[in-house]
Amino acid sequence: MSSVTGVSAVDELPGPDGGHPLEGDRASTGRLGDRLFGGVATLSGVIVIVLVTLIAIFLIVQAIPALANNSANFFTSRVWAPGGEEPAFGILEFLWTTVTASTLAMLISVPVGVGVALFITQYAPPWLTRPAAALVDLLAAVPSIVYGLWGLITFSPFFKPFQSFMESALGWFPLFSPTGISGGTIFFIGIVLAIMVLPIVTALSREVFEQTPIAHKEGALALGATKWEMIRTAVLPFGRPGVISASMLALGRALGETIAVTFLVSALADGSPWTWSLFNGGETFASKIANNAAEFSNPSKTGAFIAAGLVLFVLTFVVNSIARVVIERRKAFTE
Amino acid sequence: MSAITDERRPDDASAPDDFPPSGGGEGRDALLQMNNPHRARAIKDVVARVVMWTCFFLAIVPLVWILWTVISKGIHLLGEMQWWTGNQRNINSDDAGGGARHAIEGTLQMVAVTAVIAVPIGIFTAVYLVEYGRGKLAKAISFTVDILSGVPSIVAALFIYAVWVTTFGLSRSGFAAALALVLLMIPVVVRSTEEMLKLVPNELREAAYALGVPKWVTVVKVVLRTAFSGIITGVLLGVARVMGETAPLLILAPYTKNFQRDLFAGNFPTLPMMINQDRGDFALATAAERMWAAALTLIILVLLLNIIGRVIAYFGSVKK
Repeated sequence: MSSVTGVSAVDELPGPDGGHPLEGDRASTGRLGDRLFGGVATLSGVIVIVLVTLIAIFLIVQAIPALANNSANFFTSRVWAPGGEEPAFGILEFLWTTVTASTLAMLISVPVGVGVALFITQYAPPWLTRPAAALVDLLAAVPSIVYGLWGLITFSPFFKPFQSFMESALGWFPLFSPTGISGGTIFFIGIVLAIMVLPIVTALSREVFEQTPIAHKEGALALGATKWEMIRTAVLPFGRPGVISASMLALGRALGETIAVTFLVSALADGSPWTWSLFNGGETFASKIANNAAEFSNPSKTGAFIAAGLVLFVLTFVVNSIARVVIERRKAFTE
Repeated sequence: MSAITDERRPDDASAPDDFPPSGGGEGRDALLQMNNPHRARAIKDVVARVVMWTCFFLAIVPLVWILWTVISKGIHLLGEMQWWTGNQRNINSDDAGGGARHAIEGTLQMVAVTAVIAVPIGIFTAVYLVEYGRGKLAKAISFTVDILSGVPSIVAALFIYAVWVTTFGLSRSGFAAALALVLLMIPVVVRSTEEMLKLVPNELREAAYALGVPKWVTVVKVVLRTAFSGIITGVLLGVARVMGETAPLLILAPYTKNFQRDLFAGNFPTLPMMINQDRGDFALATAAERMWAAALTLIILVLLLNIIGRVIAYFGSVKK
């Protein structure tokens, strides 16, 4: 398993003869100790299921009253005024910022992460393989609050000239049109998120690339392939499901990343005009909730934030389920 | 026609017998020298090699940059004894001095409580998945563990808030934050323990069964003992993962500048929240210095756990 992703793409290891002798509960003697121990183990597993179910239930139940009182359309409104007599709130702006910044992070981190994984498994000289892998894992060990500080104070001054250049050169294109915001733009947040999820993409891709059957690689080389052609025809097709699920897991992490984004975002003023520009500010789901933690004063206000959290939960649930399905299909395929 | 009869094509039977084997560096060099239609392939190969190296350096740049920033700006305060003994009581953002002992102790205490709750659940779940579970329930548990590992920390915090504060009417506290961290730690412990249990050879289990040892004794005394070091590693990596989490603290455990050892007493000092506190005034040199020092302290704690975990894994790994 990769300690970075918490998920493994490695197939279950069969017993020495390929089977699972005495697997499951068949080895149990049925004695009290056995029943007790097995019962506790089962209970723990059931607790996990119950916890995840409870998360969904509690978020839904506490979001419903707030949503029922909502005078604006929850999905298409850009207003966020959950307090007062007539609460009105919509998530359009958060949805746009969250999804665009995370997508941008994917566009950067997946190619680079796969490149790093290929470097570590195929190109690095033997003495460099382990240190290189450890360095990339180190990137995952840095707490996200430190990424936030670094992005906010150290990195953003270097980004500003780049943004002005992009705005003047490509400003005619709606995605790059100038907005007057120079700090925590969607583009900038996307780049910081890309750095943060890079180790996830790399760790899982590395794991599957390492498992490419040696016969596939040697077969390609024996047919006269160059190293790159070998990678393209043997390693990449074999690793594709792993790369896809790695990207999905990384996307899930990027969607839900909280504290770094909270440090970086520039919140938009109320009533600011809609723009497609990546150089606009705007809160993500997570940063909006985190920034207003002190405001959870009355149930209807809290309910609005819980509703936003529910949407985030559903988003990550879907993304992670896709990752899971892809891994499962790969297992079925290789067995 | 000339292209077809070109004798330098490698797939042509008339190619010289001493043609070097293709593939890897030699094959590429040979292709480069040949100045034939395959030159493009060789160039692509070189380009790919350069791109991979570039990707690697691209990934290393932020790491070095971040570590350098934090170390160069934070190391100064860590050299002072006061940092390790004092707290921030009555110290304003524009005052120098004070220490981080309250936050260090608070963080360690909180993750210890988190681990005490999360580790048994995590290990028993892994035992179920590897030793007991087959069929639908095991599939469902495995799936929910994956979902739990993808739950954003802010959502876990909102859930605990919805239960702890909204439903039960209890106040925010360090313990509530620890509960949110439990949710984030369980999947890490389950997955790492699961991998370790799978590495235990089946012969060991069979030998125990053959001696008439009950299954649960086999699991406790043979399987878990064999995988012990790997499980410890997983636990330490899990603790390291939740130690730097800030979002749950932001929502559930407001910061205090005082010493506070009671997890139920409301405000609770932690390192991430100390960083967050001084972040508001990072334009002031005193606050900025304290902020970077706290960040460095946090990184050191996380890395220590990582290193200890890896050392244990290295020396105690199950031999296949």
